Amino acid sequence: MSQEAATSKSLRAKKVTLARLMRLATSGEHEMSSAKASFVRRHLMQHLAFALLWLSGLAAVGILLAVIGYVVVQGAQVIDWEFLTTPPAGGLASSDVGGMSTTVISTAYLVFWTIVIAGPLGVLAAIYLVEYAEEMEGSRGLIPALVGVVRFAVEILAGVPSIVFGLFGYALFVSARALGWSFSMRSAAVTGACLVLPVIIRASEEAIRCVPRSHREASLALGATQWQTVWKVVLPSAAPGVVTGIVLSVGRVVSETAVFFVTLGGTVRAPDHLFDLASPGRSMALHVYYLAMETRAFDKAMGTSAVLILIIILINLSINVISQRMTGRLGGA
Amino acid sequence: MEFTDVKLETRGYSLYYGDFQALRDVDIQIPRNRVTAVIGPSGCGKSTFLRTFNRMNDLISGVTVEGGVYIEGQDVFRMDPVELRHSVGMVFQRPNPFPKSIFDNVAYGPRAHGVRNRARLAESVERSLQAAALWAEVKDDLTKSALELSGGQQQRLCIARALAVEPDVILMDEPASALDPVATLKIEELIRELSKSYTIVIVTHNMQQAARVSDYTAFLMMDEEDRAGYLVEYGPTDRIFTNPEHEITERYITGRFG
Repeated sequence: MSQEAATSKSLRAKKVTLARLMRLATSGEHEMSSAKASFVRRHLMQHLAFALLWLSGLAAVGILLAVIGYVVVQGAQVIDWEFLTTPPAGGLASSDVGGMSTTVISTAYLVFWTIVIAGPLGVLAAIYLVEYAEEMEGSRGLIPALVGVVRFAVEILAGVPSIVFGLFGYALFVSARALGWSFSMRSAAVTGACLVLPVIIRASEEAIRCVPRSHREASLALGATQWQTVWKVVLPSAAPGVVTGIVLSVGRVVSETAVFFVTLGGTVRAPDHLFDLASPGRSMALHVYYLAMETRAFDKAMGTSAVLILIIILINLSINVISQRMTGRLGGA
Repeated sequence: MEFTDVKLETRGYSLYYGDFQALRDVDIQIPRNRVTAVIGPSGCGKSTFLRTFNRMNDLISGVTVEGGVYIEGQDVFRMDPVELRHSVGMVFQRPNPFPKSIFDNVAYGPRAHGVRNRARLAESVERSLQAAALWAEVKDDLTKSALELSGGQQQRLCIARALAVEPDVILMDEPASALDPVATLKIEELIRELSKSYTIVIVTHNMQQAARVSDYTAFLMMDEEDRAGYLVEYGPTDRIFTNPEHEITERYITGRFG
């Protein structure tokens, strides 16, 4: 074994700290041997790259924490029981009076109806695309062509800015004389459903496609019909992914403003009850907008934002818990 | 080969994947309550041939067939595939239990066919697990996930699951190829036991296994030019292994190719 090889080998055995590298680079009476130089260079590079990655990660987390921290700290000053339980005062000078209670109620109703419409529709569409339409792929005819169009449309819709959905809803549901829905919970829920449909379809499609083919074959070979196979085997296996898509959609609805600005209206009154679909309302995110832009109650906008952030955090945590529960239950040891 | 008690039969049966011919002109009669092994080199269409009898090839797009396939004289292509699979069960190469409990795995078939009564389901599950020689090992934790079982146990569970539908025929596609020798031996014993009351067709790569478990052996081979699978010869396992008619059969079973 040559001397150089022996040196670098013994070096590798110990942990290469920055201090040791510096010592190595500066020590020695003669020129550094090429193996030694390469060793120092590579390990310096490693330290440098790692430091860069670490800093980037820190910066990203830092920015996010700063945003959340600022809003929560600012918001915390106005949040109390009264703020949460009194309706907004409305009008321009609602700096001293009023809370956010009705916007929470409107948001809850809105989420409920959006998911009731988009959830089943999206999951069924995903089942159709994967289980029934995929086997026709490559063949010619009206239905395979239609499937291609549907899949393309879903891709496109997922990338369309939300205000475009809003405009669509405004034109079709709010202002069209034929429906006469005006600004209302139903206009908002249907438009919101259009907005989250691609999210649900794509998440469900992905989850359904990941169910092993062998499970489907096992079920069919036992004489189950295709629908039984989908209902009893494929969907339960895909459930964590499907639920994740739905919960993501809930988050999307909670945080959306543009769509509901032009479909839900802005009244501070909440609909009378869950089935009061004809009334307008104001979601929490919209409330933040109105407070910040049209009143002087900036502190209350911060308060509402803080509550909004907490809700989003809870939604994201619930996604983790749900998918862990569901996969853990029968996933084996 | 002519049998008096034929369970499954193909006549002039050919299968195509698009333009590619995978099977050519297969004529075979498979007797009731016997084990028939299908052997041959990789890619000769053994599995495709096996999947003919429960029409699993229907699931692959672009498959077309010629000729006839019969179960007790009835044309399978005129039957409802769901009904056909009620009487023709299948065990796959890799154990594929559902991510459900042991009980729910075995009860899956009966439930799919409309059995709702708890007592009847429980009875069916016990009988099937008994028949698959798994009952003693799992009877105390039927609610455990099937995925917690060992590979060999999972495969016996899959056999139990197939038996619970009460088929007459069981198709086995290399059922032991993913298992260790001990588990393989258990499956082979089970096949011998089951052949008393079921017609079994087993595809295997393993010559010794074919010799150990089967009564009859069919040797499939692919055409050298277009790679379509065809039946070289078919007969009692003893004769195929000791005195094959074709030289190519002898070369294959003695391990000189394939």
